[in-house]
Amino acid sequence: MKTFKKGGIHPPENKSTRDCPIVDMPIPGELRIMLSQCIGVPAKSIVKPGDKIECGQKIAEAAAFVSAPVHSPVNGSVKKIEPTRTPQGIWQESIVITTDSENPVTNPLPRTTDEIETLSPDDIINIVGDCGIVGLGGATFPTKVKLSIPKGKSAEYVLINGAECEPCLTCDDALMRQDAEKIVKGTLLIMKATGAKYGIIGIEENKPDAIKIMSSATDPYPGLKVVTLKKKYPQGGEKQLIYAITGRVVPAGALPIETKCIVDNVATAYAIYDAVYNRRPLTDRIVTVTGKGLSNPGNFRIKNGTSLDDIIKFAGGLPEDTGKIIAGGPMMGRAISSLEASATKGLSGLVILPESESLRKPTQPCIRCARCVSVCPMGLEPYLLMLQADVKKWDDMAANGVMNCLECGCCAYTCPSHRPLLDMIKLGKQELRKKK
Amino acid sequence: MIIGFSIFILGVIGIVAAILLFIAAKKFHVFEDPKIGEIEEILPGANCGGCGFSGCHAFAMECAGAKSMEGLVCTGVDAEGMRKIADIVGLAPAVAQRKVAIIKCSASCENRDPRNRYDGVRSCAVEASLYQGESDCIYGCLGCGDCVNACPFGAMQLIPGEELPHVDLEKCTGCGKCVEACPRNLCELAPINPDRPIVWVACANRDRGPIAMKECGVACIGCTKCRKVCPNEAPDIVSFLAHIDQDKCSSCGECIKACPRHSIKSTGDISD
Amino acid sequence: MNKLTISLSPHIHSTASINRCMWNVVIAMIPALGIALWTFGLPALWVVLLSVGTALLTEWAIERFLFHRQCTLSNGSALITGLLLAFNLPSILPWWMVIIGAIVAIGIGKMSFGGLGCNIWNPALVGRVFLLLSFPAAMTTWPSDVDSAFNATTGASQQVDANSGATLLSHLNSGSSSFSDYNFLDMAIGQMNGSLGEVGGIAILIGLIYLLVTKTITWHIPVSVIASAAFFSWAFGGNPLLDIFAGGLLLGAVFMATDYVTSPMTHKGQLIFGAMIGFITIIIRRYGAYPEGVSFAILLMNSFVPLINRYCRPSIFGEKERRKLA
Repeated sequence: MKTFKKGGIHPPENKSTRDCPIVDMPIPGELRIMLSQCIGVPAKSIVKPGDKIECGQKIAEAAAFVSAPVHSPVNGSVKKIEPTRTPQGIWQESIVITTDSENPVTNPLPRTTDEIETLSPDDIINIVGDCGIVGLGGATFPTKVKLSIPKGKSAEYVLINGAECEPCLTCDDALMRQDAEKIVKGTLLIMKATGAKYGIIGIEENKPDAIKIMSSATDPYPGLKVVTLKKKYPQGGEKQLIYAITGRVVPAGALPIETKCIVDNVATAYAIYDAVYNRRPLTDRIVTVTGKGLSNPGNFRIKNGTSLDDIIKFAGGLPEDTGKIIAGGPMMGRAISSLEASATKGLSGLVILPESESLRKPTQPCIRCARCVSVCPMGLEPYLLMLQADVKKWDDMAANGVMNCLECGCCAYTCPSHRPLLDMIKLGKQELRKKK
Repeated sequence: MIIGFSIFILGVIGIVAAILLFIAAKKFHVFEDPKIGEIEEILPGANCGGCGFSGCHAFAMECAGAKSMEGLVCTGVDAEGMRKIADIVGLAPAVAQRKVAIIKCSASCENRDPRNRYDGVRSCAVEASLYQGESDCIYGCLGCGDCVNACPFGAMQLIPGEELPHVDLEKCTGCGKCVEACPRNLCELAPINPDRPIVWVACANRDRGPIAMKECGVACIGCTKCRKVCPNEAPDIVSFLAHIDQDKCSSCGECIKACPRHSIKSTGDISD
Repeated sequence: MNKLTISLSPHIHSTASINRCMWNVVIAMIPALGIALWTFGLPALWVVLLSVGTALLTEWAIERFLFHRQCTLSNGSALITGLLLAFNLPSILPWWMVIIGAIVAIGIGKMSFGGLGCNIWNPALVGRVFLLLSFPAAMTTWPSDVDSAFNATTGASQQVDANSGATLLSHLNSGSSSFSDYNFLDMAIGQMNGSLGEVGGIAILIGLIYLLVTKTITWHIPVSVIASAAFFSWAFGGNPLLDIFAGGLLLGAVFMATDYVTSPMTHKGQLIFGAMIGFITIIIRRYGAYPEGVSFAILLMNSFVPLINRYCRPSIFGEKERRKLA
């Protein structure tokens, strides 16, 4: 069974929602759609308060090359355009939409098979760009940019990331079990768009049902196959996944295309299928809502712009002893400071931790046990980087390769002294970016 | 016999070593202006960089080789000290306006109700990189004391229970280390005169009035009352935040009385 | 509802903690301690209690009165230092020497550098070597009535004993000059007599297995120390088995060279570190004035750890490929 070689950890899975089917969450009466939904430049609003809008209509356009448009998930009208707090409490522009309660959703006419056959690679990339598709694994990098292969490079493999190595999350698992066929068609579209010969779907061994279903779905296509991966975090990291499946090493500081690989999440492949076959832009996604005290956890299909408060109410309401809410998985997700915020394209899960698990333990001195060094998937020395960050030696950190850090959190997870290794490494990266 | 022999051998080794040391000292001798050492004696030795040079030694070297003391001011020594340095190099001392740090936030714990609990490194820089901070205000002091840790003169301290830094005006030399350290840019250097206290707006909140009012009990809401009462038009309001121009301010204290939000502070009693 | 907690990722943590690591080491030392008490009887118990007690008291006093910081005795590191020091002492050492050794170990070996995680040398060994240099006679005087008792009670060691006996004989027969008195003494220390912790080779190996199973340590240091000692022992014409089981090599390889604080960070560095300890040990045993070289070898290599860390760094993933590309 394949996996990546360097470092890695085995955190407890806690995937309690693994058998939950995907449930459509009812469409709320009001949606707050953030304009900044991808890494890169926030989109620019093209509607005014009072405008009537239709389901799937573009309401904000891409403002730069690395940017993605935003579409309305519902029929309704624009109530106002005002700043809303992000989950991190920072004000950002958003479009508030009142849903047409009688006729909230209309489906556009799907493309016919002939139409799809005649689409050129550039057509597919343009559809992906127009439909506002971004990487749904969490990084929210505009997919159009990823599929536009730079001059002089070529793609050989399309790797579909179904590893879902984050503990607690099961949204990709649920999607693979339910819509395997569509993911496979999406993968074929990515291959066509990039000119790649092979498509490989990597799934960790702890999802046997998904492996079985995906394998039978890929069987009819000769260029496609499913690879079972050993369970290890951070397998879903782009560089780790490429190494695990193809054995190729992405050069430090370079993009995966150097190894002729394109990596996309299963949910992204599904979104591409939906955009091309059904002309539906990316306006919803599957979110795993889980936590020990939650009465109705599960995998929900959630409209973009739904308030986090509504989502948690739908999942059974916030438990009494909630101490921390995480957007994303517990290893790389971000803690939420207020529930006023709304769901965005990048929200893969909401994990609710009880009070007893939400506080860190007191920090103790480094005993140089070297665990951080042995678990780092990038071969860095987190203990050293933290010492240098403590005395603000940012340049020394850069010399020690801090910019290679993928912020997976293995070092801080494993440190017996509970040292905030990743906090300081992130600070160093931020200072270095500022200096540039 | 053996003792004599040992003494002889050791003596020879000692003499040879002494000669080698002497040669090395002569050969690798670096001439340094004795003035540099004398100047360094006077300097505080904190290497704060407030003078614009990389440390006290670099500043002393610059002084020793200077043609004029213009622009060469150590913030860490008083006028008497600067005069001594100028005497050493035989130049007229440069006169510099003494500056001290002021903190543009006055939100102590009772004024900013924390919405969340920050759990992590006690560092403003880390907290600021993560999110807006414990309170609603995304401009204000985070209270982890990065400025206190950065101060080379021990002039700052966090007031317990308030979680706000307090500047000891006696100790502050205006070196500007805290200005660099604060991720929210809340520290500012302001000129101070013995006869006139500094009056400044201790707030950095640029949100509109209603939002600012909700966020903090002492946030400036940009109501312009301070500007209206000021005889010198010193306060200037930019994006819902007043800022007092220290060059125009006469420290009359009218604005402090007029401010409905109590966000204007002064470094001492306003007499007249 | 509580206020929501905000912190940077990761939001979960493994069960690892300093306390758990340290207490695992303490548990791993129990079999060896048992053998020591069985072999040497009550005097050994006094040495252990005195050493541990003094170590704990010294650490507490220094943290309380000099550092003014919270007491950290519960993490068990002072306990380990005390136990390890006792393992390195003869059972009939005068009580005041034990106390001096423990004070030096904690006070100078550990706290003078700033406490846990800051020391350069293994504290217990600093204590032992201090005693060895200050009181060489007392540190190499062993109880005279032990060997028969020991042979009668531990079958496993008897076998080793028989081995070494044969080896010794063969060397004496061959008339090899390199095996003079000290080597004989070396063997005697290991098999029939010696410091508290040295006598139970098998018990130390049980401890090693426990440490490996609980993932408290990795195999790199103990295996490289033992393998290198065996190799050089053979290369210098000795009996590898004798060199491994005689004296404190096992004790050093399993409990002292593996000390987190004073060992290298990477596996490659750890292998070099271990191999050099084995080599220096054998060199000292063969050509040095002391019969036993493990403590000196470990202390010497401890000093080299920063250098090893500097030159044996992990390779950054993709760095080689980046250079190729450029």
